[in-house]
Amino acid sequence: MKKIFVTLTRNPLSLTGLILVGLVVFAAIFADFITPFPDHRGAVVDFLNFNQPPSWTHLFGTDLVGRDLFTRVIYAYRISLILGIVVLVIAVPIGVSIGLLAGYLGGKTEFVLMRMTDVFLSIPPLVLAMSVMGLLEPTLANGMIAVTVMWWPWYTRLVFNITRAEKEEGYVLAAEVIGASKLHIMFREILPNCVPSILTKMTLDFGFVILIASSLSFLGLGVQPPTPDLGSMVAEGARYLPDSWWLTVFPGLAILIAVFGFNLIGDALREILGVDQ
Amino acid sequence: MSLLSVYKVSKQFTVGDSVVQALDDVSFDVQEGECLAIVGESGSGKSTIANIILGIYSATEGSVLYKDKELPDKRGKALRRAIQLVQQNPLSSLNPRRTIGASLRLALDVHGIGEKKDRNGMVETLLEEVGLPSEFRHRSPAALSGGQRQRVAIARALACQSRLVVLDEPTSALDVLVQARVLKLLEDLKQRRNLTYIFITHDLSVVRNIADRVAVFEKGQLVEIGSTTDVFEDPKNPYTRRLMAAVPIVGRDEQALRDKLSETMK
Amino acid sequence: MSEPILKIEDLKLGFKSWSGMNDVLHGISLHIRQGERVALVGESGSGKSVTARLVLGMLQELKNTHVSGRILFEGQDINTMPARTCHAMRGTKMSMIFQDPTSSLNPTYPISVQFTEVLRRKDPEITRQRAREIAIAALTDVHINNPERVYDSYAFQLSGGMNQRVMIAMALVNNPTLLLADEPGTALDVTVQAQTLNLMSNLVEKHNTAVLFISHNLGVVREFADRVYVIYKGNLVEQGPTEALFEDPRHPYTQALLSAVPRITGGGIPDIAETSESFGLPLVAHAGFSEKELLS
Repeated sequence: MKKIFVTLTRNPLSLTGLILVGLVVFAAIFADFITPFPDHRGAVVDFLNFNQPPSWTHLFGTDLVGRDLFTRVIYAYRISLILGIVVLVIAVPIGVSIGLLAGYLGGKTEFVLMRMTDVFLSIPPLVLAMSVMGLLEPTLANGMIAVTVMWWPWYTRLVFNITRAEKEEGYVLAAEVIGASKLHIMFREILPNCVPSILTKMTLDFGFVILIASSLSFLGLGVQPPTPDLGSMVAEGARYLPDSWWLTVFPGLAILIAVFGFNLIGDALREILGVDQ
Repeated sequence: MSLLSVYKVSKQFTVGDSVVQALDDVSFDVQEGECLAIVGESGSGKSTIANIILGIYSATEGSVLYKDKELPDKRGKALRRAIQLVQQNPLSSLNPRRTIGASLRLALDVHGIGEKKDRNGMVETLLEEVGLPSEFRHRSPAALSGGQRQRVAIARALACQSRLVVLDEPTSALDVLVQARVLKLLEDLKQRRNLTYIFITHDLSVVRNIADRVAVFEKGQLVEIGSTTDVFEDPKNPYTRRLMAAVPIVGRDEQALRDKLSETMK
Repeated sequence: MSEPILKIEDLKLGFKSWSGMNDVLHGISLHIRQGERVALVGESGSGKSVTARLVLGMLQELKNTHVSGRILFEGQDINTMPARTCHAMRGTKMSMIFQDPTSSLNPTYPISVQFTEVLRRKDPEITRQRAREIAIAALTDVHINNPERVYDSYAFQLSGGMNQRVMIAMALVNNPTLLLADEPGTALDVTVQAQTLNLMSNLVEKHNTAVLFISHNLGVVREFADRVYVIYKGNLVEQGPTEALFEDPRHPYTQALLSAVPRITGGGIPDIAETSESFGLPLVAHAGFSEKELLS
């Protein structure tokens, strides 16, 4: 682990990624302390100050009801990161387990599991998420469910392919000859060999999850006001371009920074861990 | 008593539309305490019969008996423990993402050998028995050389405390000096632990020096079987003669033996 | 006596890594004359394979390698040669055959395409018809019974032995002055390997090609080579004519190697020590066969 971190800091690109992500995470955790108007993340109204361009008091300006945009963007980061973590924490174990079972057991198990996965993979992700949201109330929690539902199949596919190859390796044969249980072989022998690919994908996915969640909010399906969400902010602000440009530009930049940072790290990880995806 | 009996075993594989006869009506015994070598070139069926003995494939026809009892297709832990394998490729036979210790402990854990708290100590003893420092149990396979990994593979076979060990080209991927050391180790272990070996190889020179009896396979059939001395000094089957005439040799006395064989072939 | 086709003088090679310089070759010198078959024998890690790659000029261009000494091929130093000139020689004046024939041939192209490519390196204008003629003749030379069918096949459709012959044919078709063979036949069955080596033997004799034969298999070396250099951890430790070296190995390392080879006449497995100080002893050359003597 330490060696990976050191290598990441050597490369200028991945170092940039680390810095960007570091900033995002720092901001999300310490939002209460670094934002000038913490309560503006909620339902606060200050019509005297509404629609103000960026100034020293309000670094990113204010939104249409007078809330400090900087504060809202920082808190929105918190929401996005939580979303990312929850989605991946749920989707990855499900997807990985299905992939392992299908890849190692083969036969009917493989057929059933992989065809089911194919069904999920063949529906455009956003459409799937939208359908799920259509059935549920638009809240943050349900937004997370929607994104999770569309996310696990990609991990299944990834792990399925690796498992099928690793299944033929000598160490799997050795474990079988020793008499180890199938469960042991899948989760204690093969899974560790999938970890580099899974980790790399998770890092890249973080950025994507944020984007998808933002897209959902953009369509009005995700997080609801007054909870700040980067996508919703971009959507609302778009109507007031180019006059109140700060309403769109800063949230948009925030999305860009987060996604870009995660992508840079993910790319570097891919090279370091020798993953050829 | 024969430890293992292979009785009229045949094996077919379907590859697409065609059927490949990998083994054709093969029968032989393995006596307790001996080293039986199975030699042949690619396509001879030598690896197939090993896989059937190990329970990786099941025979299309015929049966394999262990201690006079037929080996079923699906094997329980006790039977798995009785017959173990040392593979050819030292690189792929150890899980790159687990330590040597973890790979060795697996056998102990699966079969409940010893008390849990003693098992790490048992792993260290095993490592020492195959000539490796006990602290290797913390290392990952990538840090070991080919010869060292092969020793670990041997230790793994010993961990199960099995009596019959199938060795599938265990030294073919190793350099000359390393091969000699590993073969010596195998010889010593066999003596010390009273093991029975089924040694599969294409290398006749190795066979001459390590096996008690030799079985020659050609295209799925057992064409000759006998004591090593008999088969090497007076090979009866023309294929056996051809094999021996083709073996690369390094000494004058070997040259004399080869010339003698080539004479009889003409 | 004419100048040797290949003359390596005090060749050193080091690889730079984050932990410092890793020296692989510590100054080896060898030579091969036209029509001579020279073997470079060693175990893995001895440096024999990188030597072959250096002769082909393949490592000199890499960023983290440090090469010194001279590799004179037909009088020109490969270490200082521009990459383009070096590249032009591969496949034409110098060619190489590899350990695993099937994986060294491109599975997505038929033999015909790869053969034509090889022929084009010498004669860029060659027509497909002419290339086919030459290739079929070359394939017949390596005792392939139906060369037309093989010419149109893919590598995976042919057996290992067949692919090895195809490789030999491709390597010799442009009449190179030097052939490098890296463990040829190791991936093949023993009977096929014997035939292949026999074939190679006859062909190089016919074309009077110089051969640098790299192997760890002493039996094969004994059958094929005229002279042998033994390499251990980047240093040459013994050199001499094949028969003398095998009958009377002088250096402890060569002695250990030869005693470790199992004999078909029996004799058991000897006890070989893990390593020995004596393996590091300096180069022993058989009488009359040191570099100085042979090159004077």
